[in-house]
Amino acid sequence: MIFSQLKVLRSHGRQSIKKLSAVELSPMFRGRPEIGEMDPGLAADIQAICPSGAFRAEPLSIDLGRCAFCGECAAMSGGAVKFTNDYRMASNRRENLIVRPGMKQVVFDESAVRQEICSRYRRALKLREVSAGGDNSTEMELNASMNVNFDFGRYGVEFTASPRHADGLVVSGPITRNMHTALDICYCSVAEPKIVIAAGYDAISGGIFAGSPALNREFFDHVRPDLYLPGNPVHPMTFIDGVMKLLRRQMK
Amino acid sequence: MHWLTTYNHEGGIPLADIPEVSYPEFHGSVCARLGDSSCHIADYFAVEQDGGLRFFCLLADDRAGSVDITSFRYGYYDDDPLPSVTALRPQAHPFERQIAERYGIKFEDNPWDKPLRYPFDRFNKETSIDGYPFYTIEGDALHEVNVGPIHAGIIEPGAFRFICNGEKVLHLEISLGYQHRGILNLITSTPNRLRQTVLAESIAGDTAVGHSTAYVTAIEKLYGQPSPADLLAYERAVALELERIAMHIADTGALCMDIGYQLGQVACEALRTVVINTMLCWCGNRFGKGLVRPSGTRYPLTPETAAMIRTNLAEVVRRYTEVREDLKSAPSLLARFEDCGVVGREQMVTIGAVGMAARASALVRDIRATHPWGPWREVPFAAENKRQGDVMARLMLRGREIFASARYITVLLDQLEQTGYTDRRPCYDIALRPRTLAYSLIEGWRGEICHCAVTDSRGNLAAFQVTDPSVHNWLALALAVRGEGISDFPINNKSFNLSYCGHDL
Repeated sequence: MIFSQLKVLRSHGRQSIKKLSAVELSPMFRGRPEIGEMDPGLAADIQAICPSGAFRAEPLSIDLGRCAFCGECAAMSGGAVKFTNDYRMASNRRENLIVRPGMKQVVFDESAVRQEICSRYRRALKLREVSAGGDNSTEMELNASMNVNFDFGRYGVEFTASPRHADGLVVSGPITRNMHTALDICYCSVAEPKIVIAAGYDAISGGIFAGSPALNREFFDHVRPDLYLPGNPVHPMTFIDGVMKLLRRQMK
Repeated sequence: MHWLTTYNHEGGIPLADIPEVSYPEFHGSVCARLGDSSCHIADYFAVEQDGGLRFFCLLADDRAGSVDITSFRYGYYDDDPLPSVTALRPQAHPFERQIAERYGIKFEDNPWDKPLRYPFDRFNKETSIDGYPFYTIEGDALHEVNVGPIHAGIIEPGAFRFICNGEKVLHLEISLGYQHRGILNLITSTPNRLRQTVLAESIAGDTAVGHSTAYVTAIEKLYGQPSPADLLAYERAVALELERIAMHIADTGALCMDIGYQLGQVACEALRTVVINTMLCWCGNRFGKGLVRPSGTRYPLTPETAAMIRTNLAEVVRRYTEVREDLKSAPSLLARFEDCGVVGREQMVTIGAVGMAARASALVRDIRATHPWGPWREVPFAAENKRQGDVMARLMLRGREIFASARYITVLLDQLEQTGYTDRRPCYDIALRPRTLAYSLIEGWRGEICHCAVTDSRGNLAAFQVTDPSVHNWLALALAVRGEGISDFPINNKSFNLSYCGHDL
C-alpha cells in the first residue's frame, strides 16, 4: 500500500497553482467579449439568433448577465465580436455587466461595496452554496475552486455545510418555483450582516430559462446581490477574482 | 399485437407508420415483453394530438438491437380505466407517474401513484412540492431522517427521507422536482434551433455533450434528406468519451473524499482538471458547452487538437492506473466499499436500470454495444461490466470504462487522421419533416439518454421528450441503502451520482 501511495504522490507532484494572479487561461476560453464596429443589419441578425437575448443591436451591446457564452455572435460577426480569454468578469453592479463597443474590462465599483463586508470578512469568509435550478456545471466549478489546483481556501474563503455557519450565500441556477421557498429559508438562516453572490448567467438573470413559467425569481426582488459572476458555467478563476475584489484583497 | 421495429441509427419515422393499438392490447404486450430481461422501456410518453392524447412507447430490445415502437390513443372524453403497467412491471413507474402528473390520467392499481417532479404545467396545481406524500411506517423503534432539499455540499437539491431502525436504513424515499425549469416547454415554444441546442446543453451541465448530442441527433433525423454518414459523429463520439472519462474520474475522487481518503481525492481532482482543460483547449468550455451543434460544429478537430488529446489522455491513463492500483490495495477503503450498497441483477432488471450502474450489477445495457449509431456501428465496442453490484463494483467499473474510453478515442482519432476532419458548419434553419417522430439513444456517462422529437403537420416541434438515465436509476439508490447504516448513504449516493436536473428537466 505504501509503495502505491508513493507512486501516486510522485506522479501527482505539486499541483497547486503558486501564483493565481499569473493564471492565463487557454486562448480558446470564451471569457469577456469585446465588440467592434458592426453593420447594423448583421447586428440585427445576431440579435435574432442569440439564444438568451444577451446580444442587442440597438444600442450595440452584450449583457454578460444573460450571455450563455455560446460564441455564435463571434462566429457570425466576422471578427467584430470576439471572446477574449479574460476571466475577470465579476462586478458588484448589474449594469456594469453590459459590454459596449470599445470596452476592454468589466468594471468593479469598489466604492459601492458595503463597509461591513471588508471589515468583517476580509480575512475569513464562509459561504453557503444553494443550487436553485443550476445544471451542476457552476456547482462543479465552485467545488473546483477549492480543489488542489486553485486552492481558494488559502485566502480563508470556504464553503460551509450549514447556513448557520455562513457569512453569505452563493446562489446558482435560475431559481425554480420548486426551490424558491427553500432558498428563502436558507437565506433567512444566515446571520446578519450577510453577503449574497449570484453565480452564473442563469442566477443573474434567469439566463436561457428567463421567462419560463417554472421559475420564481421573487427572491431577487428583495435581495440585491453583492457580487455578480457571469459565466456558463462560472470559471473558478472568475469566482476567485470576484470574491477577492469584494474583499479588497490582492491575489498573489 | 403490432410493434414497429426501428433501429437507433435510422432516420425519423412518419407518425402514420407507428401502429396504434387498444390499451388492453398495449398493456398485455408491454407487460409480456418486459418479462424478458433483454427488454426495457426506453421512453413512454404522451403527446397532445387532435384534442386527445396519443401515447408512444419505445421499447429497447438489447438482443435484437432494435427499438420497438407502438402507440395508443386516449380521446378527450375517454374514461375507460387504464390498468397500470407499473403494478406488474415496476420499471414503468417514472413514465406512468409523469403522464399521470401532467395530464391527470389515472392508472388503476398503480402501487406508487405519486408525483414525480411537480412540473409547472401539472394537472393538479393544488399540490405543492413542500407537501410531498412521503411513505411512513409506524413503530416505537423507528425514526425518520430528512435530508434536503438543500444538501451539505455544493450539489443540486433533492429531498431524501429515511426511515431508520437505529442506524439501519429500512426505507429511503427520494422526492425530486426542485430543479424543474420547464425545459421541454422552452424547447417546443421556440423556433430558434440554436436556443434549443443551448437549452439541451443545460439539461444537465455535467452531461452537456451527452444531452446536446442526443438533441442534435434526434433533430438531424427529422431533416428532409438523411444527413451524410459523417465525420461529425466521430468528433461527437470523441467528446462523449472525454466527458465520460472526466466524470468517472470526478466520481472516483468524490468517493475517496467521502471516506476521508485524501490522496485519492486530490489526485483525481488534479486528473479531472487535465481532462476538462483538454476539452477547454478544444472548444473553449471545460464542460464541452458550445461544441455540439446541429449539422456541424464551430470547433472541428484539428491535427493539433487531436495530438493534444492523445498526449493528455496517455498521461491521464498512466496516472489513473496508479491511483486505481492504490485504491485496490487500501484496506480502509475496501472495508467501506466492498459489500456495501449491493443491488442485484434481478433488482436492476425489475426497476429497468440502465447504464453504468446496471453494468456494475452484471446487467449489460450499453447503447454503444446494443444499439450502436455513428462510429460505434463501424468500430464495434464491447461493454464492460462487473457482477458484484456494490459500491466497489461501481468504482472499479468506472476505472475500466475510463481505460476503454481512452482506447476508443485513440481508435477514433486514428480513423479521423486517415479520413480527414470535418469542415461542416452548424446550420440552424433546415426544415423538419412534418408528422414525424425521431428519437436518439446516446450512451452518456451515466447511461442511456433518450431524446424524442415529434413534429406537427407544419414541421414545427409539437413535442420534445427527454429521458435522462437518472430517471431509470434513482430507485436503484433507494434499494442500495436498504439495510445499510445511514452513514453509508453518502458513498452510495456518490457511487451512482445521479442527476437531479436531468431528472427534473
